[in-house]
Amino acid sequence: MTLCTLTIQQAREGLRAGQFSSVEMTREFLARIHELNPVLNAFITINDVEALAQAQAADERIARGEDTPLLGVPIAIKDVLSTRGLRTTAGSRILENYTPTWDATSVARLRAAGAVFLGKTNLDEFAMGSSTENSGYGVTHNPWDQTRVPGGSSGGSAAAVAADLCCAALGTDTGGSVRQPAALCGVIGLKNTYGRVSRYGLIAYGSSLDSIGVLAKTPRDAAIVLSVMGGRDPLDSTSVDTPVPDFAVAMNGSVAGMRVGVPSEYFIEGTQADVTTAVRAGIEQLRQMGATVKEISLPNTRVALPVYYLIAPAEASANLARFDGVRYGLRVPGEDLIDTYSRTRGAGFGAEVKRRIMLGTYALSAGYYDAYYIRAQKVRTLIKQEFERAFEEVDIIAAPVSPTTAFKIGEKVDDPIQMYLADVFTLPCNLAGICGISVPCGFDAAGLPIGLQLLGRAFDEAAILRAADAYQRETSWHKKRAGDRA
Amino acid sequence: MEYEIVIGMETHVEQNTASKMFCQCSAEFFGAEPNTHVCPTCLAMPGALPVINRRAVENAMMIGLALNCKIARHTFWERKSYWYPDLPKGYQITQYEYPIAYDGYIDIDVRDSASGNWTEQSYRKRVRIRRAHLEEDTGKLTHIGGSSFVDFNRAGVPLIEIVTEPDIHTADEAYAFLSALRDIVRYLGVSSGDMEKGAMRGEPNMSLRPIGTEPFGTKVEIKNLNSLRAVRDSIEYEVKRQTEVLNSGGKVHQVTMGWDDARGVTVTQRDKEEAHDYRYFPEPDLPPLDVSEEWFESVRKRVPELALSRQDRFTQTYGLSAYDAVVLTRDRAVAEYFEIAMGGIPARAKAAANWITGELFRLMGSAGVSAGINAVKASPAQLAELIEMVENKVVNINTAKSVFEEMFATGQGAKAIVDAKGLAQISDTSALDKAVQDALDANPGQLKGYLAGQDKLFQFFVGQVMKATKGKGNPQIVQGLLKDAIEKRRLSV
Repeated sequence: MTLCTLTIQQAREGLRAGQFSSVEMTREFLARIHELNPVLNAFITINDVEALAQAQAADERIARGEDTPLLGVPIAIKDVLSTRGLRTTAGSRILENYTPTWDATSVARLRAAGAVFLGKTNLDEFAMGSSTENSGYGVTHNPWDQTRVPGGSSGGSAAAVAADLCCAALGTDTGGSVRQPAALCGVIGLKNTYGRVSRYGLIAYGSSLDSIGVLAKTPRDAAIVLSVMGGRDPLDSTSVDTPVPDFAVAMNGSVAGMRVGVPSEYFIEGTQADVTTAVRAGIEQLRQMGATVKEISLPNTRVALPVYYLIAPAEASANLARFDGVRYGLRVPGEDLIDTYSRTRGAGFGAEVKRRIMLGTYALSAGYYDAYYIRAQKVRTLIKQEFERAFEEVDIIAAPVSPTTAFKIGEKVDDPIQMYLADVFTLPCNLAGICGISVPCGFDAAGLPIGLQLLGRAFDEAAILRAADAYQRETSWHKKRAGDRA
Repeated sequence: MEYEIVIGMETHVEQNTASKMFCQCSAEFFGAEPNTHVCPTCLAMPGALPVINRRAVENAMMIGLALNCKIARHTFWERKSYWYPDLPKGYQITQYEYPIAYDGYIDIDVRDSASGNWTEQSYRKRVRIRRAHLEEDTGKLTHIGGSSFVDFNRAGVPLIEIVTEPDIHTADEAYAFLSALRDIVRYLGVSSGDMEKGAMRGEPNMSLRPIGTEPFGTKVEIKNLNSLRAVRDSIEYEVKRQTEVLNSGGKVHQVTMGWDDARGVTVTQRDKEEAHDYRYFPEPDLPPLDVSEEWFESVRKRVPELALSRQDRFTQTYGLSAYDAVVLTRDRAVAEYFEIAMGGIPARAKAAANWITGELFRLMGSAGVSAGINAVKASPAQLAELIEMVENKVVNINTAKSVFEEMFATGQGAKAIVDAKGLAQISDTSALDKAVQDALDANPGQLKGYLAGQDKLFQFFVGQVMKATKGKGNPQIVQGLLKDAIEKRRLSV
């Protein structure tokens, strides 16, 4: 079972040196997935046949001396990204029978770089949630404690990385959906700057907030994947034409002289005490490593949650209108057209998706639009400007990822507001369109992992990756494995 | 009671761009196999995104400029949400708050709509344009038996919606407006403007109010109008219907009417009492559209002089009849052909107009040239050459016509044909006339004999002239010239 614990970097070295083949590695992963998935439910669809074919092809390319960044490396993909010939459900029953004919740009770039796709990981339906409990395909269990959630919405990807079911996984982050499950599962979770990675083929939730990120074992691995999939895509008009550095190389390994801002609004009552303690200790660690730590203030943090819950559902209410049973996906025939729509969507969507569609529809309705949507957009601009001002004084911002460690399955399902609060520290980053990363920084009294969040300027992933990489080399939190407990 | 008709026109113009508004699928939907011009984006597959077709934006700017509109330098796209199976995304990407063009006007000549002629009742009027914006078309539903089928070939084809102020007051004005608009979009080359094929769809919003009163009456919208005639007839029908309703003490209801062309009546389509909430909001998948000065200028330069302006110039500067001016300007290519053929010489305008509307159109008709004047082999410069040869009497008009037929068939130049066939002689009347005079002067005896009644001597003179012109004289012309010359001498004797 040694191959499953390898990082991308180690896997590439081993493959290049001929120590093992991609087929061997892929077989090991698939065997482990088949063994553990019945317990964890991290994957919705396991890609056995194609993965082995991809591995075979990768081995042949390696034999020919080819060397691409992910050649032969087994990766998992959040099931909200379109994959050619591989069922893509978005965690929803409405897409249970949907197999795309085309790849998302991010997926296509991974494919071109030689990655092997192990399967599609579980998520909250349409990425709406913080626990994967909203999945139409059952909850994912946290590898550290199977009675607990892995976080969400990229809970399947985070659990898969934590349980060594893949080298790394793609996730998406609209309000914290990469960073929060990464924190709750004790892995690296990189949320890229809005516009850094093409959204083409990402099944939209909140289009102005959605970003594609990476769940990985090391910051360097996240950097490798980002370098592969980042960059302008003519198919996504919101993708930005900014050079994509080779992030892995760009990490010089030091935080000396780096200015780290610590916003007081992220250290508030209601946060689990050992989370605050661990995050403070993590910041102290950065200081000892040569960083300058500075208290800062981001007063609009307190309104980020309501702003997010107006903008994201508003966009979602239109984004999800296409699921009408006419062209693909579930169709439940009714008496007439309207009845068919109602039955199809009534049966296909889960409760949280319906709740957000209704929230969003309401926020956009005539008579309410100005008071809700327009006002939320104005406050969003203030939040963005607040971060810009902060980044004039500091290079990165350090804060907790989540106010709590992994909570019990079922604990918050009846209280949406409590569930929404799980993202209170991650939402502002999406509203501002900047980048962030979650790095393991300790464990709570119950032995559950805690994440340190580092936020960076737009398109300055290099800074947070460098800091995370330096931090991880000085600490050993990430060395403790979920598997050691299971 | 007498009523005033108030009409605002909403017109959708389907653009003839090569690709769709937000994807690279072919926009050529007419006659294509259903669902063959589709892709993830125009089918709204999960995760697909739109990308703007710049050409479609430029076309809209050109229409805006042609309609004397202001062009927005900053605008953005919005989602208009509603449910229908022909709308794949469940929303239409459109412009709501900031249309690309706004605050314009169009001058129209209101002619007799039956004949198209300018009569004593004809007049020119100005219709204000409220806005013109870009949006995407929907798919097309077909109902067969109890089933419905949807074809997405048309989904995402770029449309321009043009909305007027309520400045139209008669069915003929509505007819004239749409006719002028159709000419403009054809002039700009942005649409076929073909109402029969749905490439232009005019929807009058009309109401009646007692003459002399201010408040608008209840608005009725008419849809499903597939020709200019249908627009005129449906308005006339509605005016009659609503007048009867009002005069009998009834109330006009706010409805959408469909025009039944076969029966010549309007039929209630949709009750519009409950207003739709389209929940417009800015399209997050597309960045706002900024029109730079440079881009604006490059588009502005592509807007040609329009038909009405050319008509005025052709009548006022070139002295053409109103009829000729209309016929020559209806098609931009014809107007441009004309201007090259006349070479900017007003004195030549009438001749050029006659050549084009007479010979050229006749030849195009009999040869079945459907691709328009640009497909004609004879270039306007070559026609100019021919006209000049006629003016200089190098060829006479009848010969010129046969030369033009040759030009039309082969694309050869006028002079080349005349030279090759040695046709110049035929109408070289000045040269021939000199030979005629010489023949008469040189043979006074024969002239005397002929004048005395020796008719056979006429052929002698013909022979003399032919000899002098080395056999190139056209006998008919020579004979004509001889007869004239001899008659003159008979009188002077």
